[in-house]
Amino acid sequence: MTTLAKPSVWEKFFWPLLTAVLLLAAWKYSVKWSGTQVFPSPASVETGMLELLRHHVLWADIADSLRRVAFGFGTAALLGIPLGLVLGWYPAMHQVFNPVIQLLRPISPIAWIPIAIVLFGIGDHAATFLIFLGAFFPIVVACAGGVSGVPVIYRRTARNFGLRPAQILARVVFPAALPQILIGLRIALGIAWLVVVAAEMIAVDSGLGFLVIDSRNSGKRYDLVVAAMLMIGLIGLALDTAFRRLEKIRSVRWGFRDEY
Amino acid sequence: MAAEATIPLSSRKAKLQMRDVSFAFERDGKSIPVLDKISLDIGDGEFVCVVGPSGCGKSTLLNVMAGFLSPTTGMVAINGETVRRPDPRRIMVFQDHGVFPWLTVEGNIEFGISGLSTAERKERVAHYVQMVRLQGFEHTYPPDLSGGMKQRLQVARALAMNPDVLYLDEPFGALDAITRVMMRSELLRIWQAERRTIIFVTHDVDEAVQLADRIVVLSSRPARIQDVHSVDIPHPRNISSSGYLQHRDDLLQKIGLAYSA
Ligand SMILES: Nc1ncnc2c1ncn2[C@@H]1O[C@H](COP(=O)(O)OP(=O)(O)OP(=O)(O)O)[C@@H](O)[C@H]1O
Ligand SMILES: [Mg+2]
Repeated sequence: MTTLAKPSVWEKFFWPLLTAVLLLAAWKYSVKWSGTQVFPSPASVETGMLELLRHHVLWADIADSLRRVAFGFGTAALLGIPLGLVLGWYPAMHQVFNPVIQLLRPISPIAWIPIAIVLFGIGDHAATFLIFLGAFFPIVVACAGGVSGVPVIYRRTARNFGLRPAQILARVVFPAALPQILIGLRIALGIAWLVVVAAEMIAVDSGLGFLVIDSRNSGKRYDLVVAAMLMIGLIGLALDTAFRRLEKIRSVRWGFRDEY
Repeated sequence: MAAEATIPLSSRKAKLQMRDVSFAFERDGKSIPVLDKISLDIGDGEFVCVVGPSGCGKSTLLNVMAGFLSPTTGMVAINGETVRRPDPRRIMVFQDHGVFPWLTVEGNIEFGISGLSTAERKERVAHYVQMVRLQGFEHTYPPDLSGGMKQRLQVARALAMNPDVLYLDEPFGALDAITRVMMRSELLRIWQAERRTIIFVTHDVDEAVQLADRIVVLSSRPARIQDVHSVDIPHPRNISSSGYLQHRDDLLQKIGLAYSA
């Protein structure tokens, strides 16, 4: 499709690399010339990162953050996908539940922190619950939308071929809605990664979010703050990239625009 | 074989009967009449084309016959049995977007026959893949097929169900002229080989005259049967013969009348 506009291989790496180098240079020299004592230079962030790695704090924190996201996001998917399918399938159910969902959806999971702590106390469960909340609604909404958007022709064909309602849902409606569901899951995973950092700043004493706030509180180590931030960005990018690979699976590829 | 197409209807047993079928859509509390007292008998193994102006109710007629919509009044029966819901013995082929993009060619064809044994299923898939000339594409997904191949796939998926009636709603309408001509002759070949009852909606007068035993001409909405035109030329039809051209002109004239009515 884009053969004409396709950049050659060296361009694909050269330009992003150049941008990165320029940004690093801008960072380095603005720290240098402004004479700031607080904001760290790239070099000190690098030392900070190595220090974190050497003391194994970073790996433990990464593992904790990932585990919380896995549980929170996993639960949200496990409950949200079936609920979304049902809401999309039965318009009556949609009418009953939609107002509540639309009311709860815009509430930031951060606003739930006091309630999460009351319900679960300080600890893993509270953090997982917040991640769950952040991921749950986008999943439900994407699934319901995906299902109700399944073309009438597919449903008619399924009925014509003698499928019972449960089979129609499993063999036609679900696969037809799957690309939309994957888009919803991907958005939810991004949100989960945002929420885990915020939750860890308040509800627990481990994880990348805790590392950020702790580095600041115990000794104003802004080199470690920025190192942790970079790590959060890199892992978020890795999660998203990994998830996007699912879009390449043959039975869902038709649902993503760049396939046409 | 071809001669069978010219046997007069009266000597065949009726496969599908419609008696005073009316249909109206309800919209915003208003009732929009679409079908007006349609009565029609279609013989077993007959190839019937339905033509009529755009929006007159051709698709609606097919949907009522196939049991997707219930007539407001009147009744539809197949083999003497009232049609109340869609049935795997009667398969609809849609104009467009009818195949499932998440299944391969093979997966689409076996979609409705998962009840069969693996061996039987494979055999049937192979048979119909060959019949619609999709050999070599068994494991291809629909986005990688051309429009004509997708329509052939839809026909193969329908035939794999072994239906006794095939409803086709402008199945070649979205294709280019050359592909359409080829698809027509393939459909005729398949029909002559397997002798199903075919009800075929089209905009195209030439298509109707080339394919049909009888052509049902509908009026503009609400659709009434304006005329039923028998085409008694054996297949393959020579489209430049005088008999063919006569039928074509007759039909165009009737449609001209129908459209102004
Ligand atoms: N779901 C619906 N609700 C209300 N009106 C409808 C609905 N579907 C179709 N109609 C109306 O019924 C009439 C007949 O529609 P139908 O699709 O049967 O026409 P058609 O003859 O197949 O047209 P075309 O040749 O363009 O395919 C149209 O005027 C349309 O506006
Ligand atoms: Mg139509």
